[in-house]
Amino acid sequence: MPTPEYPMARESGCPFAPAPTVRTMTREEPAGKVRIWDGSEPWFITRHADQRALLNDPRISIDEHRDGYPHMTRGRAESAPHIPPMITNTDPPEHTRLRRTVNGPFMVKRVEALRPRIQQVIDSLVDDLLAGPNPADLVQAVGLPVPTLVITQILGVPYEDHAFFQTNSSKTISHESTPQEAREAGQALGQYLGALLGQKMKDPAEDVLSEMGARVAAGEMGYEEAVHMATAILIAGHETSASMISLGTLALLQNPDQLALLRDRSDDPKFVANAVEELLRYLTIVHTGIRRIANADIELHGVTIKDGDGIVFDLSGANWDETEFPGADRLDLTRPARQHHAFGYGVHQCLGQSLARVELQVAYSTLYRRIPTLALAVPFEEVPFAMEGVAYGLTSLPVTWSA
Amino acid sequence: MSLKVEFDEPKCVAAGQCVMVAPDLFDQRDEDGVAIVLDDSPSPDQYDEAREAAAVCPAAAIRLVEG
Repeated sequence: MPTPEYPMARESGCPFAPAPTVRTMTREEPAGKVRIWDGSEPWFITRHADQRALLNDPRISIDEHRDGYPHMTRGRAESAPHIPPMITNTDPPEHTRLRRTVNGPFMVKRVEALRPRIQQVIDSLVDDLLAGPNPADLVQAVGLPVPTLVITQILGVPYEDHAFFQTNSSKTISHESTPQEAREAGQALGQYLGALLGQKMKDPAEDVLSEMGARVAAGEMGYEEAVHMATAILIAGHETSASMISLGTLALLQNPDQLALLRDRSDDPKFVANAVEELLRYLTIVHTGIRRIANADIELHGVTIKDGDGIVFDLSGANWDETEFPGADRLDLTRPARQHHAFGYGVHQCLGQSLARVELQVAYSTLYRRIPTLALAVPFEEVPFAMEGVAYGLTSLPVTWSA
Repeated sequence: MSLKVEFDEPKCVAAGQCVMVAPDLFDQRDEDGVAIVLDDSPSPDQYDEAREAAAVCPAAAIRLVEG
């Protein structure tokens, strides 16, 4: 069999399922290879147990400056040498130090303290939705505004600039952008946030940019590093949560028994929390694989991953691995799903995961309770998917309800 | 048999997963979110929580030792 190209297209008609080749390789070829955009052939690891072991193995590195690193896109490969050391490209112990300097705002108790504000944001978006035209587009009405409102509040970025952010962060991460477009969009975001950081250093407020500004002033963090970090927080928290809200709704509308269960138990925080984990597992929206490079020879399933070899970990493979999640192709909100890899695994696991969880818990427990008759306004086959980004999502989700 | 929680602090990346699944056993310190063990000798009814905390820790910084 020739080495499969990666990322792989999903089967039409099964937009939630990983590409069939991913699932076959999970079963039959746990240490296979794929061919990526630059023609190189990194190792391809899809089993849940292998990902758990390797993503915490000190012989695996995220140093994207090293030759042979399997970059996600041409744009990423070209920008990598210019990115200063930060949490997304350093290994422990430096990574540990850096992560601890940016982690404060994403601590469980600080995120929990935001829950009432997130509830207000979502309630008022649902109010507007119900007062507006019916049918409506749930992506525009709820999916996109929720994370934008929340993350811009946390960073201290004015909401008026949200169109600018949505356009530029999409361009930065889309596979359809040319390297130049991606670079320009990243620079535009960086310049804006740099100026805002300077302003916050002079006139601090209660937000993350002001906190970063204080760290820059104290010499704990470089100015450039702070700007890169703020840009990364904005992009990472934006499209991903939006996609989870709209895709989760679509998946639930396709599984009416599960939707009914969630609606009936939306006042049970434990049930809702597990439902979020299962939707994270089932959808695994980050679908272009997380990338590493080996720093030493590693034996795995009878092959040797050599020092300097690239490795791609497909998260949906692990989350649909039948050994870990029997009946993985079934959305089952009651299954124990907490061990999924939707946020990755290892020390680089998503920084904003606690915030994402609260956003999703509030969104899913509010939407269907307040709009119990929510239904698709077009046939499922006509819902437009956006498959080209680092995370997949929906271009729009036409929904209707009875008044 | 009893279970004891061992926490390897230098490994901790402050993801807070332990706090989410076992809030009676773990907390995060205010300045940087690094985990704090509130109780390293969980009672038997807390064993499941303790095991889950060890399992979800992305940095494998939590270990349970049977004593």
